[in-house]
Amino acid sequence: MVDVFIGADNTITSLGFSTAGLVEQIKANQIGISIYPGGNLYPTPVPLSLVDNRQLQDLFRQYLGETQPGLQPGSFTHLEMLHILSISDVLKSSGVNIKDPRTLIILSTTKGNIDLLEKDSYPVIEPDRIYLWKLAEFLQHFFGNPNKPLVVSNACISGVLAILIGSRLIKAGMYDHIIATGGDIVSEFVVSGFQSFQSLSPAPCKPFDAARDGLSLGEGCGTMVLSRDHSLCAIPEKIIVAGGSCSNDAHHISGPSRTGEGLYLAICRALKEAALDPPDIDYISAHGTATDYNDEMEAKALSRAALEPVPVNSFKGYFGHTLGAAGIIESALAIESMRNNELFRSAGFENPGTSKNINVLTDHIAKEVNHCLKTASGFGGCNAAIVFKKI
Amino acid sequence: MLCENLSPSVYICENFTILDSRMELFITRYIQLKNHQVIINGIVEYLSEEQSVSKLLRSVYRRSNIDYPKFFKMDNLSKLGFLSAEILLQGTDILQKYPGEELGIILGNASSSLKSDEEHQEFIRDRKKYFPSPSVFVYTLPNIMAAEIAIRHKIKGENTVFIFERFDHGFIYNYISELFRNQRVNCCISGWIDCYGDRYESFLFIAEREDMINRYKELQECIIFDPLNIEKLFKGESISWKI
Repeated sequence: MVDVFIGADNTITSLGFSTAGLVEQIKANQIGISIYPGGNLYPTPVPLSLVDNRQLQDLFRQYLGETQPGLQPGSFTHLEMLHILSISDVLKSSGVNIKDPRTLIILSTTKGNIDLLEKDSYPVIEPDRIYLWKLAEFLQHFFGNPNKPLVVSNACISGVLAILIGSRLIKAGMYDHIIATGGDIVSEFVVSGFQSFQSLSPAPCKPFDAARDGLSLGEGCGTMVLSRDHSLCAIPEKIIVAGGSCSNDAHHISGPSRTGEGLYLAICRALKEAALDPPDIDYISAHGTATDYNDEMEAKALSRAALEPVPVNSFKGYFGHTLGAAGIIESALAIESMRNNELFRSAGFENPGTSKNINVLTDHIAKEVNHCLKTASGFGGCNAAIVFKKI
Repeated sequence: MLCENLSPSVYICENFTILDSRMELFITRYIQLKNHQVIINGIVEYLSEEQSVSKLLRSVYRRSNIDYPKFFKMDNLSKLGFLSAEILLQGTDILQKYPGEELGIILGNASSSLKSDEEHQEFIRDRKKYFPSPSVFVYTLPNIMAAEIAIRHKIKGENTVFIFERFDHGFIYNYISELFRNQRVNCCISGWIDCYGDRYESFLFIAEREDMINRYKELQECIIFDPLNIEKLFKGESISWKI
């Protein structure tokens, strides 16, 4: 039996360029969602969680200068800069060799380089980098990996799926190491689209709260290294991907099932594969987008799975919904909780707002976490659940 | 590798290692929509005169004899996936044989939802004529085509859309084998659905375990599930039916 260890991770969000930095900001109760006054990304003011662009440019320029002095920052899209910095960070600490044929890159993204559709957005960049497979290959060649990367594009569950599928490929013996990298930018394309759905909150989002009124969009990138070889892992604790599943509500393309049965199915299968029962779960990192429907559905699914007493949070109150990056960034934070045996307050939550009595975290607390469940749901009725175990 | 009890019309592939020899998987039905043809199990069932993709899809819809008004709200990518699945499933009883939770949908695609993306982008190009529409935006994700299939046929199991430059029969074989081997699915719909403008192609097949196939009725049309056969079917190459 092959164990799939979490080797290292990096996160880039409005709250910083590393997972350690992000955790510090969360502990200090910093919220990375602020009112964008209106401009290129959308005509009128809207709360957004944006990566500090000046810092991004500086860090990227510095990185290129040190590693590929012949290349210019102008040859990279905003998203590519995020992925490259994120991947380079995990490679610094982990012993996994990205050039090894037994290493596969898995890219998770919903819209990729969607800003390439904007006229004259990137004068020197090939327009075919709009294709997600081409973006993935660009990253592959940049780092010198010999394998065609796998690209998962399944709406907001893509990040969790990338980790889950990566672990399945390792267990099946197809690869020894996976670099799962998830990213999405905030673009006018996406902001205008979600506004047309009237699903954006006029204020920073409040997952699971009674007064929640929509999600906040965020941009970001998360990268996680998975490996069967713990000696190559930067994370000294032995934390494995113990099980997981994905499912479909088969109900509606843009609204989740009212009963949460799809997510419930994914959770049950994930627990079964991990050989755990509901009382064994110490903490749940939920999807919690702060829309009326999602949070209610998720609460129903958790309740049906006998997980109501388990401390649960959503991270989206800190840095918004980062779409293709969400599953990886939030899993990285869940891993941090497991490593340090501490759980974080669910930012934006004040009063219970779902019909089920789930246990939303209202403070940062110390708690031993050996088994963690991560859930995600997305457009198209898809759901994913993954269990991380400390061994 | 020979299977003496099978009818002579089953193709046997030699010189290939099946990942788990205890479990034989078969392709029990497959369809293709390309070059204005609807091809079922290798036989051209319908040849369309229509030149545009939109008209072709509408014509296939009418011929399929179903009443599904939501079809007309879909973009062409979802219409293509939806119709391909419709034709695929009309000729089988898998929806009766397996509960929805045991059915999976694993698809490959190249262009994602690019046509719908461009349409949405056009609605926001001019700030003076700014009309982003939820009915367009909802189709700007490649997994929606899988969702439309799932909703129509109540398929609730593993579902994933992978983006490849070209159909990767080797990966699809390995990944679906893993799903069956670890009992994540008991039946899987898989293949390739891609559509951008007038460039379209669909290839869908059903994979099932040997012990679930009605030998006397269906085995004549079964093909061993292995990467070489998947590739051949995708390319429309003939498969020898005789041992």
